[in-house]
Amino acid sequence: MFALLVLRNAFRHKLRTTLTIAGIVVAITAFGLLRTIVEAWYAGVDATSSTRLVTRNAISLVFPLPLTYAQKLRQVDGVAAVSWANWFGGVYITERNFFPQFGIDADTYLDMYPEFVIKPEERKAFLVDRNGAIAGRKLANEYGWKIGDRIPIRGTIFPGTWTFTLRAIYDGVDAKTDETQFYFHWKLLNETIKQRYPKRGDQVGVYVVEIRDPTRAAEISQSIDATFRNSLAETLTETEKAFQLGFVSMTEAILVAVQAVSFVVIVIIMAVMANTMAMTARERYAEYATMKALGFGNDYVAWLIFAESLGIALLGGALGIALTFPLAHAFAGAVGTLFPVFNVSARTLAMQVGAAALVGVVAAGVPAWRAARVRIVDGLRAVA
Amino acid sequence: MAAAADAVRRDGDALPLVAIEGLSKVYVRGDQVIPVLVDINLGVREGDYVALMGPSGSGKSTLLNLIAGIDKPSAGSIRVAGVDIARLSEADLAAWRAEHVGFIFQFYNLMPVLTAYQNVDLPLHLTSLSRAERRERVLTCLALVGLTDRMDHFPNELSGGQQQRVAIARALITDPTLIVADEPTGDLDRTTAEEILALMERLNRELRKTIVMVTHDPKAAEHAKRLVHLEKGVLVDA
Repeated sequence: MFALLVLRNAFRHKLRTTLTIAGIVVAITAFGLLRTIVEAWYAGVDATSSTRLVTRNAISLVFPLPLTYAQKLRQVDGVAAVSWANWFGGVYITERNFFPQFGIDADTYLDMYPEFVIKPEERKAFLVDRNGAIAGRKLANEYGWKIGDRIPIRGTIFPGTWTFTLRAIYDGVDAKTDETQFYFHWKLLNETIKQRYPKRGDQVGVYVVEIRDPTRAAEISQSIDATFRNSLAETLTETEKAFQLGFVSMTEAILVAVQAVSFVVIVIIMAVMANTMAMTARERYAEYATMKALGFGNDYVAWLIFAESLGIALLGGALGIALTFPLAHAFAGAVGTLFPVFNVSARTLAMQVGAAALVGVVAAGVPAWRAARVRIVDGLRAVA
Repeated sequence: MAAAADAVRRDGDALPLVAIEGLSKVYVRGDQVIPVLVDINLGVREGDYVALMGPSGSGKSTLLNLIAGIDKPSAGSIRVAGVDIARLSEADLAAWRAEHVGFIFQFYNLMPVLTAYQNVDLPLHLTSLSRAERRERVLTCLALVGLTDRMDHFPNELSGGQQQRVAIARALITDPTLIVADEPTGDLDRTTAEEILALMERLNRELRKTIVMVTHDPKAAEHAKRLVHLEKGVLVDA
C-alpha cells in the first residue's frame, strides 16, 4: 500500500511532476557535464606517473636548459633514465587547430611512456625517419591522418614551415591517456636551429627524469636542483604530477567558477523541488490527517512524502545521467582536441546520483516534518 | 462527583462503553482562554446510537473529536471500553484508534488516488491480516454498503452518496468498538442523506455498532436512539 500511495501520489499532477522531473534532468545533466569539464581539466594530472620527475629552468619554463645537463642528471643517485623534450607550439593550417607538439629525444622518451602503445613496426619506422612524427589516435582521427601522410606545421617559436611524415599512431593504454599529442624528433629541431641560429642549439625545454623509487621523489628532486645550484641555468625539479598541476593552477579561477556553477545548479533545483514538495504536502494535509485519524503514525506520513520526493528526484537523476553520456560525447566532438580526455567518470556518476538523492531528501525535509506535526483536527479542517 | 457518575451511568448499572467525566476543553489564543467544553459528563452504552446536536460553536465536533481520540482534553477523563484515552501517548492513541474507532466524515475524506476497494482496504494494512483475509473483509463490507460493482472506481468517479458509502465501509472494516460520524449527511441531498442515515441505522440495529454522530439536522437526529444537546460547551439535555 505504501508503494502504491507513493507511486500514485507522485503522478497525481502529471504536468507538475513532469516539469519537476524535466528540471531535475536538466540540472543533473548540467552538473554531470560541468563535473566532467573539471575532471577533463585535471586529466593530465591524473595520467601522470609517480616515477617521472620534470626538471625545468628555475626562472621560467620559457627558458631552456643546456643539453649537457643530461649526463649529469643520469649520475644523480636514484635516477634510472633521462629524456628531454621541447615545446614546439606550431600551427596546423589555422590557429583553431590547437594540439600539443613536442620535439622529443625519441629513443629514451618513448621508453619512459609505456602508456603510449605503438605498433613495433610503426615505432621502428618513426625512429629511422628524421622527419617522422607520431600522433595520438584521437588527434589522427580528428584530422583524418593516416600513416605516411605529410603534415605541415607552421612554427611560431621556431619559424618556418616544418613538414613531418606521420610514421606512427599511438593508442592510450587506458581511457585516461591523452591521445591528442604530436611528437617528432628533437634532433631535427636541434639541427635546424643550429643551422639558423647557432647560439640557440643544444638547448632543451624540459628534462624528464625516471626514478627507481617513487618514495624518494622529493629527495632526488632536491639532489638534482642542488647539482645545478649557482650554475647559469638553475633547475626546478618536481614530480610530473606537480608539474601538470602547475598548468592547471594557472586556470584555477575558471575551474573554481565552473565548480561553483555546477553546485549552484543543484541548489537551484533543490529550491524548485522543495517548493513543489511543500505545495504538494500542503494540498494533502487533509489526507494525511485522515490517515493519522485511521491510525497511521506521523512517521508513516513523513515517509510517504520522503519516498515521493526521493522517487521523483532519482527518476529525474537517472534520466539526467542517461542524457549525460550522449551530451558529453557531442560536447567532446564539438570542442575537438581542447580536452584531450573527456570521459564521464564513475566518480561523476556517483556524484550525480548523490546530488539527485540529496535534492530529493532536502526537498522533502520541511514538508515531511510539517505534515508529521500537523494536528489531526487542524488537518481535517483543511477539507472544509 | 457522585452526580457526575450518576450522569454517566444513567442508562443502566453496567459501566458504559464511553464514560466521560468532568471533561473540559479550552483553547488558548494569546492571553485569551476560550472554554469550548465545560465539565461534560456523559455515558454511551454499547450498541447505542447517539446524536450530538447543538448550534454552531457549541462544541459538539470538539466533543466528538475527543471521544474519537484525535484531540486531547484540557481536563477530565474519557474512558472507552475501560481505557482512559486521555492518558495515552500519541503513538498508543494512534494504535488505539486503528483498532477501536471507525470514522465517517462530512466530506468523506477518501484517498483520491485509491479505488473504492483500496480505500476500504487501507485501515487493514495496520493489522496482521493476510491478503486473502483482507480481501474477504473488504468484499463483505462493500457488499454491505451495496458498492461491490463500483469497487474499482476512484472517488472522483463516484457520487457523493457512493463516496460516503465507501467511507462507511472503511469505518466498518476493522470491526471497531465505536463509530464516530461528523455531519455524515452534511454534504448530501435529502434523498441520499436518508439512504446514508438508513444504512447507519442498519449498522446500529443489525450489527449492534455503537455510533456517536454529530449533526445539526433534526431529521438526521431522528434516526438516533438518543439525543444529546450542547450549548456553549455545556451539556443541556442528555
